[in-house]
Amino acid sequence: MLEHVELFFKSIFIDNMVFAVFLGMCSYLAVSKKVSTAVGLGAAVIFVLAVTVPLNWLLDQYLLQDGALAWLGPEFADYNLSFLSFILFIATIATMVQLVEIVVEKFSPSLYNSLGIFLPLIAVNCAILGGSLFMQAREIPTLGLAFNYGVSSGIGWFLAILAIAAIREKIRYSNVPAPLRGLGITFIITGLMGIGFQSFGGMLTGDNEPPEETAPSTAEKIEEKEIKKEIEDEKAISYNEVKNK
Amino acid sequence: MALLSKKDANLILDPLADNNPITIQVLGICSALAITAELKASIVMAISVIFVLGVGNVVISLMRNIIPSKIRIIVQLIVVATLVIIVDQVLKAFAYELSKTLSVFVGLIITNCIIMGRFEAFALGNGPWKSFLDGIGNALGYGVILIIVGFFRELFGTGTLLGYPVFGDPIAKTGLYATGYENNGFMIIPPAALIVVGIIIWVQRSRNKALIEEA
Repeated sequence: MLEHVELFFKSIFIDNMVFAVFLGMCSYLAVSKKVSTAVGLGAAVIFVLAVTVPLNWLLDQYLLQDGALAWLGPEFADYNLSFLSFILFIATIATMVQLVEIVVEKFSPSLYNSLGIFLPLIAVNCAILGGSLFMQAREIPTLGLAFNYGVSSGIGWFLAILAIAAIREKIRYSNVPAPLRGLGITFIITGLMGIGFQSFGGMLTGDNEPPEETAPSTAEKIEEKEIKKEIEDEKAISYNEVKNK
Repeated sequence: MALLSKKDANLILDPLADNNPITIQVLGICSALAITAELKASIVMAISVIFVLGVGNVVISLMRNIIPSKIRIIVQLIVVATLVIIVDQVLKAFAYELSKTLSVFVGLIITNCIIMGRFEAFALGNGPWKSFLDGIGNALGYGVILIIVGFFRELFGTGTLLGYPVFGDPIAKTGLYATGYENNGFMIIPPAALIVVGIIIWVQRSRNKALIEEA
């Protein structure tokens, strides 16, 4: 349970998709002019990440990893298909995005209209593929954690685009130097927000040192051994004494 | 330019400055920022993208009349993914350390918006030779920004270029460090890349007023 909580906060704040690894910057910059569209796209990203990361985790675990095909039979145990992961991951993502598009069009035409051309672009949003690739690179151990990772990094992305959209709505009334207007100032603000998010870095590291009881020092181990030896010696002596009598 | 007609030359030269994919078209920023903390990684990334975009544009252009428009995105993704797998395997074979540094960002070339953007905007409507030039030009424009950012971040962040000390030795206090200069740790952290790109945009738009956005 604790590792779920830790991963959740870590992916939202410390390894934030936008501020720490710059994923999904293209749509982050293009769709952040209005808060309402930003919210729509952010929600779509959370949803797609929550679906694709666990799916790709299953693919990675049972198809791609070194020796992952062992469940087919012992003769398959030597195969390592991990070089195919890019193509399989992106195919999964493209299919899922198509599905999300159909569902959104059916159930929320207004959202569909406001997102316009950006829904198909989620397929080529680096945040989505990046989520799956980081899941693979960080060797996330269980399906539950993979789902958690997908959702929480989606929330991190959502937070980032929401924040920048709100700032951009306000900054329209400020007197920004002409060459910086629009794109330039957005870059610099994102950089400053990234520096702000770096301060979350120490949030979870305070608890990283293992408790002392679980890892006894070598000196303690030697002492324990000596005590055991003494006890054994005493036993041997008393046994000999008894025998002698 | 006897080799290329003026129109063809513009295909290569335009994206280098006034139609730069990163600073003007706002494409392909994702991977541009994360790996620019050192110059070497930036150069390798630029070369990879030049290869993928040049070859990919030709392939898509050759297939442009037989791709059904409804599934074109998936076809494009498969073409890019195949090319990126080649790049990834070559890097792993010949530059293993570097491929560790780049980690997932090689894979993220697949979703680099420049590539899909050029496929959609150019390769689907033009012949192979022009598409090839357009691909090379845009990838070069991307590479130039990458190398500029990498150059400044490595120079001021660690005082080296491609791993060679430029400012002297920070521990023995030689060269520039003798005058009291310190490495700027700020340039190493990820958000610095955003600010450097922001400054590049600022400089570029101050020089060319036509690029300034309406408020």
